[in-house]
Amino acid sequence: MTQTHVSTTINGDKVEYLCETDETLLDVLRDTLSLTGSKEGCGSGDCGACSVMLDGRLVCACLVLGVEAQDRKIETIEGMASGDELHPLQQKFLEHAALQCGICTPGFLVAAKALLDENPDPTETEVRYWLAGNLCRCTGYDKIIRAVMDAATEMRGQA
Amino acid sequence: MGKQDRDFKAVGTRPLRPDGVEKVTGRAKFGADLSAPGMLVGRFLRSPHAHARIRSIDTSKAAALPGVKAVVTGDSFDITKVSSGNHDTLANVMARDKALYEGHAVAAIAAISVSIARKALKLIEVDYEVLPHVTDVDEAMAADAPLLHENMFTANLTPKPTKPSNIANFYEFGHGDIEAGFAKADVIIERSFKTAATHQGYIEPHACLANMTQDGQGELWCCTQGHFMVRNVCADLMGMEISKLRVTASEIGGGFGGKTTVFIDPVALMLSKLAGKPVKIVMSREEVFKASGPTSSTSMRIKIGATNDGRLTACEGEFNYQGGAYADSPVQFGAMSAFACYDLEHVKTVGYDVAANRPKNVAYRAPGAPMAAFAVESVMAEMADRLGLDQLEFRLKNAATEGTRSSYGPTYNSVGLTETIKAAQSHDHYSAPLGANQGRGIASGFWFNFGGQTAVSLNVQEDGTVNVTVGTPDIGGSRASMGLMVAEELGIEYDNIRCIIADTSSLGYNDVTDGSRTTFSSGLALINAAKDAKAKMCARAARIWDIPAEAVEWKDGCVQPAGANAGEFEPMSFAEIAANADNTGGPIAGHHEINASGAGVSFGTHMVDVEVDPDTGYVKILRYTVVQDAGKAVHPAYVEGQYQGGAVQGIGWALNEEYIYGEDGRLQNAGFLDYRMPVASDLPMIDTVIVEVPNPGHPYGVRGVGETSIVPPMAAIANAVSQAAGVRMTELPMSPPRVLKAMDDAKGG
Ligand code: FES
Ligand code: FES
Repeated sequence: MTQTHVSTTINGDKVEYLCETDETLLDVLRDTLSLTGSKEGCGSGDCGACSVMLDGRLVCACLVLGVEAQDRKIETIEGMASGDELHPLQQKFLEHAALQCGICTPGFLVAAKALLDENPDPTETEVRYWLAGNLCRCTGYDKIIRAVMDAATEMRGQA
Repeated sequence: MGKQDRDFKAVGTRPLRPDGVEKVTGRAKFGADLSAPGMLVGRFLRSPHAHARIRSIDTSKAAALPGVKAVVTGDSFDITKVSSGNHDTLANVMARDKALYEGHAVAAIAAISVSIARKALKLIEVDYEVLPHVTDVDEAMAADAPLLHENMFTANLTPKPTKPSNIANFYEFGHGDIEAGFAKADVIIERSFKTAATHQGYIEPHACLANMTQDGQGELWCCTQGHFMVRNVCADLMGMEISKLRVTASEIGGGFGGKTTVFIDPVALMLSKLAGKPVKIVMSREEVFKASGPTSSTSMRIKIGATNDGRLTACEGEFNYQGGAYADSPVQFGAMSAFACYDLEHVKTVGYDVAANRPKNVAYRAPGAPMAAFAVESVMAEMADRLGLDQLEFRLKNAATEGTRSSYGPTYNSVGLTETIKAAQSHDHYSAPLGANQGRGIASGFWFNFGGQTAVSLNVQEDGTVNVTVGTPDIGGSRASMGLMVAEELGIEYDNIRCIIADTSSLGYNDVTDGSRTTFSSGLALINAAKDAKAKMCARAARIWDIPAEAVEWKDGCVQPAGANAGEFEPMSFAEIAANADNTGGPIAGHHEINASGAGVSFGTHMVDVEVDPDTGYVKILRYTVVQDAGKAVHPAYVEGQYQGGAVQGIGWALNEEYIYGEDGRLQNAGFLDYRMPVASDLPMIDTVIVEVPNPGHPYGVRGVGETSIVPPMAAIANAVSQAAGVRMTELPMSPPRVLKAMDDAKGG
């Protein structure tokens, strides 16, 4: 199959790649660019493990084609920490034991960051509904919700 | 509520897990995250039929397609060289003669790209003779049911059956005289129940990367709960010597029992061998649902007798579990655990393990117990109501305690059921008011817990830090628990210990991470390895001081002379002895190998409040409290996590999750959209109470905690829904249409 050339920006860096027209952005991130932090739990938009930001909007990378990334801005879990400092959400997930196996964690972190960017002071219900597109089979969500609420409090304090 | 006198320093604290940063930054490598240069992709062709004879498979066109490097079918494996215990596994991995369920693998391809692999699969020609199929457990047990295996004669039945059937096994447990027990009862309740099959639902699909070299050696990277098991089974299927295959466990994205067998790994190895190149296989979610381990659907009958003052006189249960294409149901555990919570004079359970045209069953968290508990605890709740007794008082009155002869045989030593019931009684949840259309349900549950084969090692480094090596994959924070137990035993800082999961060539055999055994068994082995290292360090100090080894002792993380006669020496710290290793005899290490027993059974009691929408039948979980005995909680945050996770899986099982089959025997909901697992907005916070009744079989009192938490939820929720809806629910899942129908029927009737 012929491949298409794509130029895009990922976590602030200019990136170019070739991809087949039926390849998803998730395939490109994981298989072509070795950015395996985004996970594939379903490939059908139902689990949120592949959550990334596309031009500032939360999307499932498994539902976006690789060719659609042309001239767009993509942010993934790999760009969340700055230097040797974790994002407050990442730190709070650790402190609250909000991950057991950790496969869902990158997706939750990307989705939770998108929430807090938009709504720095969400209620528990708002957090639960925002994260309803992310499946976690291990934790029962309790500690994830607490970690997000706690991170929100801390981030408001910093602002 | 601890009963233990001992003061712990490290155990019982909540430090950060050592593998945490890798997992929150996306750097941790899970099954599908590894690639190799020159790697091929592997893909499966699967049966579209629920039951079909495979007359022939023609792979020639596929093999001829440019870019295809290997093709595998059932004939690629030499079954005559495979041990009989693995024949079903092999037949499940790649169908031989017959496809026994929709999704059964019939061929596989390795190609240079996904698109070529897909094209190649379409070129494989399979000639099927479609056969009648059966997916329901009761129908599969009927005399005229389509037979899956012509050579399946029910085992353990007397007289021996003369005709084959779909019933692979019969089990019977209990003691006393059941009829005499029922004769003493003032009230007898008997009911039948059904539950749907559910999937473990781990978010990470099965994935592996296989690399066989031309000299017959191999390496395999895969997500599994037991890489030593994977190695032994794959070596057997491939006809290899065990030591020539090295398996490395990736980080694992959930398992819950479902990753305790092999599906794709032997096929990836065979493709790699034939192609002479590394091969990676990742299952799609649809494949995970159709061809990896769900647990049983069941049909059960429970009969319980009690006196008017609330003493159980007799309990009887019949458990029919559908175990998939090869009858691998956990019915034995269901029948054993069903009445394990109670102190009974007369008890009898029987179990039937039934084959049907569905995926091969694999363990799912406390295998077999949640369904049985659903049935038993539903009748217990009904009995308490009938007798006008408080739910918890009724259970307390009959609870198994130390010295109780269990319903499955052994006599319990120290157990914590009573403590969980009392903790539930005093919890404010139990007395909180309920509103209209709301109900509160209670249920207790039991799980055996396992020990098993375990090997660990511990290396003391020259700067006084410690590396610990275990062979049990870390599925939910166990590295942290290991670090805590070693810190406790050595008296050094948790931060100075780093725990890794070794590959299969680096340690002796370790059983799979199942039966909630990891913190118990690997912990037990590590404590002994730490003792081993301490003894060696004592000997080193004695050597430095030039006194006999018996004249020194270990105290507070230091070695000191054992008494005044031993001589006057300043205590030597762990770090000092470590620093002197090179001139006192070389590296210092501790080891331990054990087949651990004494895992210590665990009980839990759950409380749940629900609201039922009278117009739609929709059930909302309002409040949930888990009370469970942990023996000793090593890392309480991860113990709470196990309680919460198990409860929520149980909520899904109770309310929504179900394998739905069409008339054609095909699975109709093989995706997360239609197989509806709980999401954050479905749930409240899950309260937890950790009860600690120490397990006498572990130096710190640890019991397994991972499984008991999924046992009570379905019963507790059914009891709550039945109260709120005003009608007894006897079938899972309690999805809105089913609840609505039950309410309508109750009104109409
Ligand atoms: S992999 Fe994209 S939503 Fe599941
Ligand atoms: S931590 Fe395992 S799926 Fe969320």
